[in-house]
Amino acid sequence: MKNRVVCYFSTAQSEQPIIYQLIKNHDLIVNILKADINPQKEGYLVVELEGSRDKYKAGIEYLKSLGIKVEPLSETVIWSEEICIQCGACPSFCPTKALDLDRETMMVSFDNSKCVICGMCLDCCPTRAIKLYFEIREAV
Amino acid sequence: MAYQKTYEEINEKIKRGEAVVVTAEEVIDIVAQEGMEKAAREIDVVTTGTFGPMCSSGVFLNFGHSKPRIKMQKVWLNGVEAYSGIAAVDAYLGAAQLPENDPENKVYPGRFSYGGGHVIHDLLAGKDIRLEATAYGTDCYPNKKVDTIIRLEDLNEAILFNPRNAYQNYSCAVNLSERTLYTYMGILKPQLGNASYSTSGQLSPLLNDPYYRTIGVGTRIFLGGGIGYVAWNGTQHHPNVLRGENGVPKVGAGTLAVIGDLKQMDPNWLVGLSYIGYGATMAVGIGIPIPILDEEILYYAAVKDEDIYCPIVDYSEQYPYGKDMDLGFASFKELKNGKITINGKGVITTPQSSIFRARKIAGMLKKWIQTGSFELSRPVAPLPSADADIEFKSIPERSPNGNNK
Repeated sequence: MKNRVVCYFSTAQSEQPIIYQLIKNHDLIVNILKADINPQKEGYLVVELEGSRDKYKAGIEYLKSLGIKVEPLSETVIWSEEICIQCGACPSFCPTKALDLDRETMMVSFDNSKCVICGMCLDCCPTRAIKLYFEIREAV
Repeated sequence: MAYQKTYEEINEKIKRGEAVVVTAEEVIDIVAQEGMEKAAREIDVVTTGTFGPMCSSGVFLNFGHSKPRIKMQKVWLNGVEAYSGIAAVDAYLGAAQLPENDPENKVYPGRFSYGGGHVIHDLLAGKDIRLEATAYGTDCYPNKKVDTIIRLEDLNEAILFNPRNAYQNYSCAVNLSERTLYTYMGILKPQLGNASYSTSGQLSPLLNDPYYRTIGVGTRIFLGGGIGYVAWNGTQHHPNVLRGENGVPKVGAGTLAVIGDLKQMDPNWLVGLSYIGYGATMAVGIGIPIPILDEEILYYAAVKDEDIYCPIVDYSEQYPYGKDMDLGFASFKELKNGKITINGKGVITTPQSSIFRARKIAGMLKKWIQTGSFELSRPVAPLPSADADIEFKSIPERSPNGNNK
């Protein structure tokens, strides 16, 4: 299985070589998507973990045993109307009509509730008016 | 004799605030309701508009001198090189120029997040721009290095000069191959996954004056939110191509070189763009007024999307390698509605040119003319038209060793 999670860790936990342990002891494929550690050495790690179900579970248990908070990653797509030039390219790439082109006004609109965060729109926007955000809380 | 108007008569009406001005979309219904003859008497000006990526754009800059003086040999603005092989502190910044050390397509497809078009937009938006210049030093220009921050207001001149804009018609791009293509027409999904097109159709300047009867050298236009002029025909101007019975070219044809003072333009209408896997460029807003001097000019200005066709071109083999192929034509009505049919297959269409913005430009220009702040100019020289004998040339393949005739 493959899953994206956010790991929140405190100062003491950031000293641990957790990525090394996940790879070596739990045989997981680890892909770090984003990471940030503040000067107090608290921080978070957005990581994609891939491996067999048992190994994935064991890896997560290992993280939790260290006191690291592991939460599912929630992503959100933001469309900024001020940057958009209404070219209309993105709706033709959107599989759920979250990004839609009104054929009368030829204006683009975005309905977040329909978005499945497939990411197709991110590459096709020439003004980069569409961005993907990871929802991350303040460090614990 | 058929009814005729002169530029002078129309400008007199503009000065009095009495000119009848409509957009290239509004004119369609008016002609349908009132007929060509009555509409030609009533309407003085039809306004057009287009807003889309136009790579062949850029700005001439004069920075003023440093103390001691410098003859700039290399110039960078926010790390993007401007051409400085002209006088000491003059340079030309092209919209498609990339920063030094841009990763380009080394990790394919590249992002091309910043380029010359973005610098022009930032300059126009009044932002701080880092200016770096190097030189070899001369007796008259001893300085060898400049590294400072400039703003648009600091420059002596900033003259937008775009050698090829407002293409009269353009191909609709598709992909017949098995892999995704990253092009200047955007992302093309494999196996006819989408069809990308780029003009404003019935609103587009040169599609409303297909034989350039009123658009010529010296025509005053809306350029980048300010006022500009047609300077010449654009590069690759090729008017003698296949045309429909209505006179409208069915393939890429005429182009315009345009010029204007950047300092009176608006950053909303010159916007830096990033095409993944292709490069950086700039969206340019252009609007051209068409004086309705007679019925024939009105007939052309009343053209409808369903009567404008463009060729469907494959960007996996046909365009890049010049392979012979015939995928037919698509009308702008179908393209704007979101679906065309190619080889019996329904294909979703992807616009690159903003119709919403094109409408706004035509509307703004209409208001400028109605309120008397924009008068029409008679061209001082015509552009080569359909009767020209222009050959569309390619680079000759000759050996540099001198064995050619």
